[in-house]
Amino acid sequence: MSGTVATAPTLPATPAAETLRRANAFQRLLRRPAAMLGLVVVLAFIVIAAGAPWIAPYDPAATSWSAIRKAPSFAHWMGTDELGRDAMSRLIWGARASMLAGVVSVAIALALGVPLGLVAGYAGGWTDAAISRFTDALLACPFLILAIAMAAFLGPSLTNAMIAIGVSAMPIFIRLTRGQVLAVKVEDYVEAARAVGNPHARILLRHILPNIVPPLIVQATLTIASAIVAESSLSFLGLGQQPPAPSWGSMLNTARNFMTQAPWLAFWPGVTICVVVFAFNLLGDGLRDALDPKEG
Amino acid sequence: MQGFLLSRLAISMPTLLIVTVLVFGLQSLLPGDIALVLAGEENDPAGIAFIREKYRLDDPVPIRYLAWLVQVVQGDLGHSIKTQIPVTDLILQKLPVTAQLAFWSMLVALLIGIPAGIIAAVKKGTALDHTANAVGLAGLSIPNFWLGIMLIMVVAVEWGALPPGGYTPPTESLADNLAGMIMPAFVLGSGIAAVFMRHTRSAMLSALTADYVRTARAKGLFERTVIVKHALRNALVPVITLGALELGQLFSGAVLTETVFNIPGFGRLVVEAVFNRDYAVVQGVVLFTATAYILLNLLADLLYALVNPRLRG
Repeated sequence: MSGTVATAPTLPATPAAETLRRANAFQRLLRRPAAMLGLVVVLAFIVIAAGAPWIAPYDPAATSWSAIRKAPSFAHWMGTDELGRDAMSRLIWGARASMLAGVVSVAIALALGVPLGLVAGYAGGWTDAAISRFTDALLACPFLILAIAMAAFLGPSLTNAMIAIGVSAMPIFIRLTRGQVLAVKVEDYVEAARAVGNPHARILLRHILPNIVPPLIVQATLTIASAIVAESSLSFLGLGQQPPAPSWGSMLNTARNFMTQAPWLAFWPGVTICVVVFAFNLLGDGLRDALDPKEG
Repeated sequence: MQGFLLSRLAISMPTLLIVTVLVFGLQSLLPGDIALVLAGEENDPAGIAFIREKYRLDDPVPIRYLAWLVQVVQGDLGHSIKTQIPVTDLILQKLPVTAQLAFWSMLVALLIGIPAGIIAAVKKGTALDHTANAVGLAGLSIPNFWLGIMLIMVVAVEWGALPPGGYTPPTESLADNLAGMIMPAFVLGSGIAAVFMRHTRSAMLSALTADYVRTARAKGLFERTVIVKHALRNALVPVITLGALELGQLFSGAVLTETVFNIPGFGRLVVEAVFNRDYAVVQGVVLFTATAYILLNLLADLLYALVNPRLRG
């Protein structure tokens, strides 16, 4: 990857064709009811997470000794927990931790994984071999066990859980990006960009990266689903969001102790995780089909 | 085939070495002085000095890594800080329990996932296919620890049909052992079944449009024979590799399943180690699972080469 002339012109792009391709993909997505359902549910949860202070009927941390483990009622639609806190308000506020964990973890995974994958695929040789073995090593460590180990060493907190999940999810993006770069770098337009003297960084960022974005979007959507499950798993084990801040995983952890006395406490957080994760999976599957050129 | 295996070995060995670097590197994530963290509530300077000497904390990191690696290669993963029991012994004690859970879970996954995938592919586009796809996606979306809690509440608490948790060794009572494994194996296996279902469906769809299947149909063979003897046999080859890849999922899932069902296995060991700040055990478990994953993938590649005529050379 030796340096080349930095002032070389960028090859003329075909914005009309690109816009048409994106419009077609969007139309294909609109024609998939399952994907649209997923999108609506995801957007609804984003609104719930962002609007928690206004939507939640009670303060999620407000305890009430007269309302301990009350069954669902008109006053408390999802009942109350072991400290008399409103379960629905905690569920609504918990959406913040889960959605944040999903998005931030995947952002970390993308920020670390995509550059490494770009370099591995483009440079080839020893650089590729070294990055690929590093990726294999990370993939060999089971996702949750690695996240648990990292969260344990970093210390239990939502921030550290997001870092642990992001780093554990990173190898998927390295491998995906590398594979895509290997396929794209032999295309004529990349050869042409190289022939007119574009520097490597420009070829990677202006010619290769934009063409590998669709599979990355699909994978990111599906990984957000896995990251939400991972965050709730870490919180369930006590390694994520720390009490009294609410999170779906820690609510389930507490609910486990009251399965006979207050079964509703375990029901709603689990259903909510399933719905959100299912929605992200539906959206990811739909995006994959819509962005697949073969579907054309 | 020899060349193929040698190339796989050549890839696996450096990977394994990098795993050791990563596992050793976990220590660097500890905030502050490692000796103080390892000493825990022990603030005695002599005790801290002992830890510093024992773990060679004053040596440069590469020297410490090499000394640790030499120990690891000899099967010494250190001692539990909490109990002083060798980490290798702890892992070997817990492994049979998790291996048993993993075996039953994989059986559940295969028995549900592969037939569901075949049916979905053969009945592509029908209500059956859509249902199988939706159930498969749901299987991927349900956190196994929540499914476990729900099953305990309904099957164990409400119906009293199965024990809510715990573990009885098969040598003590085989019936109790199996009864205690049904719910955890279903919980752990159902998520993997969804993965198998999706992959089997996809592989079967490719196989069903292949030339050799068209030829088999043209010969006038029964549809069942075409599906089972021609399409399925070829579609299942990648499942061998997939089975090994799902091992990571099994280990990860076992951590939560064993916690929910109170099973004293490998997963519980790592959770307890985390809360006891027993870092040597955490490192040992990560290293052990990663090594097992790499070796089993190597074994899967070997099996793949054996069943794939193009690699037999």
